[in-house]
Amino acid sequence: MAKEKPDLVYGTLDMLILKALQHEPRHGLEIADRIRQMSKEILNVEQGSLYPALYRLEARGWIKAEWDVSDNNRKARYYKLTAAGRKQLVAETDHWSRITKGIDLVLSAS
Amino acid sequence: MRDLLHSWFSRLFGLFRKNRRDAEMAEEMQQHVDLLTERNIAAGMMPHQARNAALREFGGVEQIKEAAREQRVWLSAEQFWQDLRFGARMLFRNPGFSILAISCLTLGIGTNAAVLSWIEGILIRPYPLVAHQDRMFALNATTRGATGYTGLSYPEFLDYEKNSTLFESLIVDRIMGTTLSVGDRAERATGGIVSANYFDALGVQPILGRGFRPEEGTGRNAHPVTVISYRTWQDRYNGDPAIIGRTQYLNGVQHTIVGVAPEKFHGTFIGYSSSFWVPTSMQETFDTTGYKLEDRSAHWIEGYAFLKPGATRQQADAELHAIAQRLEKDYPETNRGHDLALSPLWKTPFNQASNMSATLGITMAVVFFVLLIACANVSNLLLARSLLRRHEMTMRLALGAGRRRLIQQLFTEGLLLGLIAAAGGIAVAYWCRNALVLSFPTPAAGIVIDFPGQIDWRVLAVSVAICLGATMLFALVPAIHASHVDLSGALKTEGSGVVGGSGRSRLRSGLVLVQVSLSFVLLAGTGLLLQSLQRMQNASPGFSTDVIVSSADVFSAGYNAERARVFYTQLLDRVRENPDVESATLARLVPFSYGVFSSAPLEIDGYQPAPDEQLNVSYIEVADEYFKTLGIPIVAGREFQRTDDEKALPIAIINETMAAKYWPGKDPMGQRFRVKERWLQIVGVARNANYESKNELPKSFFYVPVRQNFSVSNSLIVRSRETPGAIRNALAREVQALNATLAPIAPYRLQEQVDRKGYTQRLSATLVAIFGAMALFLAAIGLYAVMSYSVSQSTRELGLRMALGASAKDLLRLVISRGMRLTVAGIVIGAVSALALTRLIGNLLYQVSPRDPVAFGFALVVMITVSFIACFLPAWRATRIDPVRALRS
Repeated sequence: MAKEKPDLVYGTLDMLILKALQHEPRHGLEIADRIRQMSKEILNVEQGSLYPALYRLEARGWIKAEWDVSDNNRKARYYKLTAAGRKQLVAETDHWSRITKGIDLVLSAS
Repeated sequence: MRDLLHSWFSRLFGLFRKNRRDAEMAEEMQQHVDLLTERNIAAGMMPHQARNAALREFGGVEQIKEAAREQRVWLSAEQFWQDLRFGARMLFRNPGFSILAISCLTLGIGTNAAVLSWIEGILIRPYPLVAHQDRMFALNATTRGATGYTGLSYPEFLDYEKNSTLFESLIVDRIMGTTLSVGDRAERATGGIVSANYFDALGVQPILGRGFRPEEGTGRNAHPVTVISYRTWQDRYNGDPAIIGRTQYLNGVQHTIVGVAPEKFHGTFIGYSSSFWVPTSMQETFDTTGYKLEDRSAHWIEGYAFLKPGATRQQADAELHAIAQRLEKDYPETNRGHDLALSPLWKTPFNQASNMSATLGITMAVVFFVLLIACANVSNLLLARSLLRRHEMTMRLALGAGRRRLIQQLFTEGLLLGLIAAAGGIAVAYWCRNALVLSFPTPAAGIVIDFPGQIDWRVLAVSVAICLGATMLFALVPAIHASHVDLSGALKTEGSGVVGGSGRSRLRSGLVLVQVSLSFVLLAGTGLLLQSLQRMQNASPGFSTDVIVSSADVFSAGYNAERARVFYTQLLDRVRENPDVESATLARLVPFSYGVFSSAPLEIDGYQPAPDEQLNVSYIEVADEYFKTLGIPIVAGREFQRTDDEKALPIAIINETMAAKYWPGKDPMGQRFRVKERWLQIVGVARNANYESKNELPKSFFYVPVRQNFSVSNSLIVRSRETPGAIRNALAREVQALNATLAPIAPYRLQEQVDRKGYTQRLSATLVAIFGAMALFLAAIGLYAVMSYSVSQSTRELGLRMALGASAKDLLRLVISRGMRLTVAGIVIGAVSALALTRLIGNLLYQVSPRDPVAFGFALVVMITVSFIACFLPAWRATRIDPVRALRS
């Protein structure tokens, strides 16, 4: 899922998108940019998985989309976290940190 | 609940909105590519390179769109499909349940669709071939001080047509019965006297030949042309393609056939199907009471108006009213107090519409009750089944299915039931749509009754809406209930006792309560209508109906009034000589017939009418011995005699109401009043009677000697010990002795005619009784199901009671008393609602109070009996329980 970089762990894309939208609404390209930027260029989201994920999240009611005008005066579809999405983000973050902690413990055991 | 609906609709619309969503997705991705391109240009690429690079980076747009689409739409659509398939499997697995549920619903939805199709076909859009029915209105002519439709004269009609501006067209359609002769075969037929613009205004194009030309509407008897109906063309002429230009005898006058109407066009009179149409110029040929095209006092026109597009009914009414006032000023003699307004077609005052609208309204309410009862039954069945599926539900929940998902699934299963039943119901309605005619009496041989139901998109749409609404009703409650499975409790409780009740059995009891109370309302209504029908049949119309009526159609044979007078005088003499005949008389019109009594403005000696009072009283022309033959008592003065003929002083006999109204406190004997330029002297006062129907209010009426007012058509009324069949040959002999080419019409008892007039009441009673019986049956099934279920659930308790010494009788009493408690509670609720609801059918009741104790008692007895039977079977089964096995299980 990421180019020439470690594969995105299955099922984490949703969480990353929610995280990218945590502070402000963004459109598709900005979400991809934001994830790349936050991961210091390690994670690169491919458009091919981004949009299906966005629609899936929208259908679940975690994000909401609206047409708006971008900084350079272009029409774009902006995604925003909903209250349910915010809760989901917290839940997934907790869940993720527990899992990674567990995996760390397993891997660091001698 | 709202969420559930929302998800439902978004699912349905998700499928329809696919295209819009697709476009939106494409635009969003296009924007994305554009942004990437701009970024590449900013980084120094050439524009086309920049775009190619962006596209490469983005990947296959179509693939992404497809993937995204699946995420959105197909997820829910697939779930829906999955639920449907699962539901179908469940239906097949429980055929007994499925058949019972589907037949209950089919009955409910089918009866509703059938009644809707009647309302559509008879009241809302009665003339399917007519263009712009939405702008078609009936002309409702009224007279101040008189109730109901008082009719228009032809000159008046022309004045309205000339002076109005808001109408596309005004048409005349006067229905009449006549004799249609083709070759040597003559029979009665119904036809319409119509204005020349009739077919053009309706937008009905004859399939052969033409409609009428404008000039054919005018000129006394100048245009003997006719357009025949498709049925006449097929039945009488075997569909002869060269029919145009042939002639046929209508009332003895040769008419040229100029057109054949389309197959589905039956004329514009709700209830009757016309066999032919003639232009207004031929009025005199078809009306035994003379030429009326120039007579302002002869009100015989029935007609319709088509509003111009954009004009409102209020504007049109105002315009008609203004014209009416002008006419009143110009012709005070004939137009005093006259007014004209529009009526919607379903309120047409001069055909069967107004009768039918009351009947169909009540029938609609009744079938809606049937639907509610059916829904309660299916709900009950689903509740019972959800208990059997407790295991499945528990499993699903344990495996992580959301409650909402569970409700969705159960609801989809309900919808499947509903849709199958809706399809079945519409098929039932389709077969039944013409069944209304069957319950109708035929007024006379040769007259075709036409009450078609119509199943169009509107009926279908409402039926589907009813189906969805019903699904909500019957499936939602059990679905929500079933999803409340208590994971641990589901394993523990083993069913409830007979006496106590869990939430589920309380719910089921509640449903039975609803059913019992609804059935009770229907039973009480049926009781009222049946009782009113019986009262009406037993009520005396004020004359003896045990007399025999016959006639000979001398009008069609071309007799004028003078020849007819000689003929009837001789006929009466000959008939009176017959030893089987006690008395005989003549009348221009038989009471309770479909004809119209003569009426005329009166001038009464010594009575000063109010400024806007129009003295218009109906009367009948009768021969001597009329009052003796019909058994109407003369309360003062004398009856008509043989000597009251054209040479004697013009006289009249008035009824009690007329005497009291115009000669209050005086002796009317010897007083005079003027009718049509003639002063009549009152020689007698007759007891009031009914003249047109049994539920008419007492009204002024008078009688004049037929010999002083002869018209061509008369009926012979005979009092005899013999039956109509036995007297037929004797009558035929007498008629043929006078004219060998004439045959009398088949004699019948006046009672038959009186019965025909009560059809509205009979029809309402029949329909309500049929649907009421259905409702009762469904409710009994419901009660039975609940009782057997509660018995089967409390086997252990019953076994225990038995083991502790309860006798079979005790158990029987226990189970039945629980069922009867439900019934009694339902009856109480039903009785209270019935008291409120039966008032609504007050206008269909004849001398019966809407709170009649007999009707309510009838409902009570039937309900209790049926409930007892429904409870007895499960109770009896309870006594057969083997206590040992019941306790062990």
